[in-house]
Amino acid sequence: MDPSPILSLKNVAISYKTRKRDVDAVRDVSFDISQGENLGLVGESGCGKSTVAFSIVNFLGPNGRVTHGDVLFKGEQLRGRSEEDLRKLRGADISMVYQEPMSALNPSMRIQDQMAESLVAHRGLSKKEAYGESVAALKKVYMPDPDSVMLRYPHQLSGGQQQRVLIAMAMLNNPSLLIMDEPTTALDVTVEAAVLDLIAELQERYQTATLYISHNLGVVARVSHKVAVMYAGEIVELSDTRAIYRNPMHPYTMGLMRCLPDVDAPKGTRTLHPIEGRVPSPDHLPLGCIFSPRCELASEDCSHKHPDLVEMAPGHQVRCLRSLEWKDAKKIWEMEELAQEPCPDRANPNPDMVLNVEKAKVYYRVPLKTVGGLFGLEKRNFVRASDDVSFFIRRGRTLGIVGESGCGKSTLARAIVGLEPLFAGRIDFLGLDVSKPLSKRTAATIKELQMVFQDPNGVLNPSFSVGDQIAFSLRRFHTVPSNQVRAEVERLLQAVKLDESYYNRLPRQLSGGEKQRVGIARAISTNPAMVVCDEPVSALDVSVQAAVLNLLLEIQNSNNTTMILISHDLSSVRFFADDVAVMYLGRIVEIGPCETIYQPPNHPYTTALLAAVPRPDPDLKSSHIRLSGTVPSAVNPPSGCRFNTRCPFKIGEICEQEEPPRREMGNGHLIFCHYTPEDLKTLKT
Amino acid sequence: MATENLIPQKQERSAGPSASAMAFKSLWKSVKDLAELIFSSPTAVIGMVVVLAWVLVAIFAPLITKYSPLFEDYMHIDKGPFGLHMLGTDDLGRDVWSRVAFGARTILSLGPLSVLVAFVCGCALGLPAGYYGGWVDEAVMRVLDAFMAFPTILLYMIIISAVGASSFNVVIAIAIGGAPGIARLVRALTMDIKTREYVAAAKLRGEPDFIIMLREILPNCRGPLIVDFLLRIGYAAFYIGTLGFLGLGLPPPTPDWGGMVQEGHSHMTVNVWPVLSATLAIVTLVIGLNMFADGLREESMRYQ
Repeated sequence: MDPSPILSLKNVAISYKTRKRDVDAVRDVSFDISQGENLGLVGESGCGKSTVAFSIVNFLGPNGRVTHGDVLFKGEQLRGRSEEDLRKLRGADISMVYQEPMSALNPSMRIQDQMAESLVAHRGLSKKEAYGESVAALKKVYMPDPDSVMLRYPHQLSGGQQQRVLIAMAMLNNPSLLIMDEPTTALDVTVEAAVLDLIAELQERYQTATLYISHNLGVVARVSHKVAVMYAGEIVELSDTRAIYRNPMHPYTMGLMRCLPDVDAPKGTRTLHPIEGRVPSPDHLPLGCIFSPRCELASEDCSHKHPDLVEMAPGHQVRCLRSLEWKDAKKIWEMEELAQEPCPDRANPNPDMVLNVEKAKVYYRVPLKTVGGLFGLEKRNFVRASDDVSFFIRRGRTLGIVGESGCGKSTLARAIVGLEPLFAGRIDFLGLDVSKPLSKRTAATIKELQMVFQDPNGVLNPSFSVGDQIAFSLRRFHTVPSNQVRAEVERLLQAVKLDESYYNRLPRQLSGGEKQRVGIARAISTNPAMVVCDEPVSALDVSVQAAVLNLLLEIQNSNNTTMILISHDLSSVRFFADDVAVMYLGRIVEIGPCETIYQPPNHPYTTALLAAVPRPDPDLKSSHIRLSGTVPSAVNPPSGCRFNTRCPFKIGEICEQEEPPRREMGNGHLIFCHYTPEDLKTLKT
Repeated sequence: MATENLIPQKQERSAGPSASAMAFKSLWKSVKDLAELIFSSPTAVIGMVVVLAWVLVAIFAPLITKYSPLFEDYMHIDKGPFGLHMLGTDDLGRDVWSRVAFGARTILSLGPLSVLVAFVCGCALGLPAGYYGGWVDEAVMRVLDAFMAFPTILLYMIIISAVGASSFNVVIAIAIGGAPGIARLVRALTMDIKTREYVAAAKLRGEPDFIIMLREILPNCRGPLIVDFLLRIGYAAFYIGTLGFLGLGLPPPTPDWGGMVQEGHSHMTVNVWPVLSATLAIVTLVIGLNMFADGLREESMRYQ
């Protein structure tokens, strides 16, 4: 390997001008990236990861600047270089891949023009030469049918394809340095897995130095050779990937690992350890060690002495005063056993059925395309968001519903609580027929069936205080006498681990995790028998995710609440669900108790989903089952087995022509596939 | 089942007085935030100063004028500014400054009032149109489109000439003219906000639709609506002036800026002061309101 690094940051500090004063967003950041090396930069949001990346090519915007330190690219100082010089580097010798592929591509330009742009600008190629180079680049990223892709506009490509185009564009001029800012965060797990494979392979083949930013430890474990953990604008730990994952030395790094649910650990075997508190804002940094207020291991010294980055082992730097003490103290951090006793009701092996869904169909009408349609001359088309879905849930259990986006998970959830009308089928809840929309349900039914939503920013009405919003629901259902509403709200806030001072706060004064807790408090305020959680943690940082998942589990254990957890994250489903239903394109393809779903034999789709989960373990060789393409349109789903267009184990014509039969695997485990149970057991995973 | 076993029931309420103090603090904070927002935009500050100046003139009109706006000083007719009359007198000998100051009262009460009425109508039409969609939306919007097809000033003239000129009718005319535009804005905002999850949460409490519209949707439209409100007061002032000039405004002797221009313009060459003062008054008020609204809008956009 080249001894002199491609990129070298030395004691870099970056500050932003704000209305009040200058804020130091990043302080004292140093790292090197050599040729062929991939450095992962991880941390929660707001830790300054992207700021560091943008500082390299001076994309900080008019109010940000590098105030201190050196940014050396191939030994040359980049800091303070003119815009003109930097522009020559960007897109040529240094290129970037961004998080949102849709907004990184110009929607009004064909792919060929966008790709040619940087070749014409930087290398002065002719249009024709540029076209050839672009096609070659698309082939490099395994884009099927590159010539037709060249003619398309960005909206005609799927998210995964767009990201491939962006990676191809970044590689066009054979850059020495590639900066990737959360390139897979906006993608589905299955697509993410394929893009990560591609990144790893290109890495191997072209030996480009890469700075890879991600909040996902599993992703970084897959692609990076070295990892730098950032916290509140400082690097707290820097080492090669294996050492970081096997032997983390900074409490923050350990905390990040401990709060991840493990896809291999069944429900009830462990609790998650969230990191309490939140990342401090750069203008209110704590004294001493910046992590000390959230650190469970902080000592007296930590709150007034700022630690330096110290080399603890060869190539392993840690910024912690106490790290020497626990050099070999791995056992402090063993995963503790679940301390909670499950609720006695849960011991009952066959509790009564709470929800029974039979052949539920949720269809949306496709808007009419012709004038004739107004007079019934056009065939009505439907988006079959959920098609003939049947399942049941017993009291006190959690059903996890998983699948890629566009599989109809959320639609199904909304139909169960009554936010979407049912097209056909029947839903029984506590023995009552709830196949009708909300306006026709009685208050008593509505009260028993509540929902926790996904987007923390949309979950609370910005105009009312937290307490008022919980009180609305208490008053509406007369849960408590009206003179006790306030006391009850405070009790609920405590139940979700918020103190009563939150009563008068407005939603904008809360962090994402806190808003989500208030949303949960509101949902449980009516003492519902069942709560439907629609991706409750997917918009939250990992450390906060753990706290919210713990909270949901605690509520379930103490109230024996039945829950549905909709998620695309198979790890959190494993942590929280007793049963799992796998949905694909409006159909359930596999359903059964958790332990049967996470172990073969599986439906091929489930196998592919499980193979795609990024695991925070650099030594795990992930299976190479990958899905190509995306979920087809639900307006005209493929005939026969809907998964046949993407199935890695497709048998043949039978899959295209016949509906897959229902295979009983025992123990309530059902798989809808043409393979017989015996064949399914022999499928290679 | 019950949540009781999760957390022991609290014995007494502890946070009585401190809670109201906190409510006050949060109110104070939002006032402070608004002030900070206004003061960070020079445009908004200038606009606000101009508008406030006119508001003060309107409030203290009797204190800062020497004559009643209706008092006719036969000794001094059509005079330019001099000792007794700081802006001169008009053709009936009335003090121009008094009429401008009292005219500010007219315009600053009728303007906001008529826009307020327009907003009530606009919200009443726009909220259900946006919330229900479908044929409700179609019906409401097509009717409003018909209103919007008329040039505003023509619409006002038709309404006023049909029902006669009075301050009440001016308010009605401006409300009818403004409501369709406001309804469109409210409808667009409603269509966006109704997809938010807190609206779904309200539905899951079984709240009636009008509560959802008034409590979950309308308050969260307020940002764009406040800016629109300020802009429309500017337009209203402008239209009240125009109507006055066309003789369709407030019946004479009421002090009214548009009326002053109308009465004075025929012998402007003899005495320009009534016309000039009234025009400048209209211009400064409208520009002030526009600057305030624009500054506010730009500054609040920058936050996002």
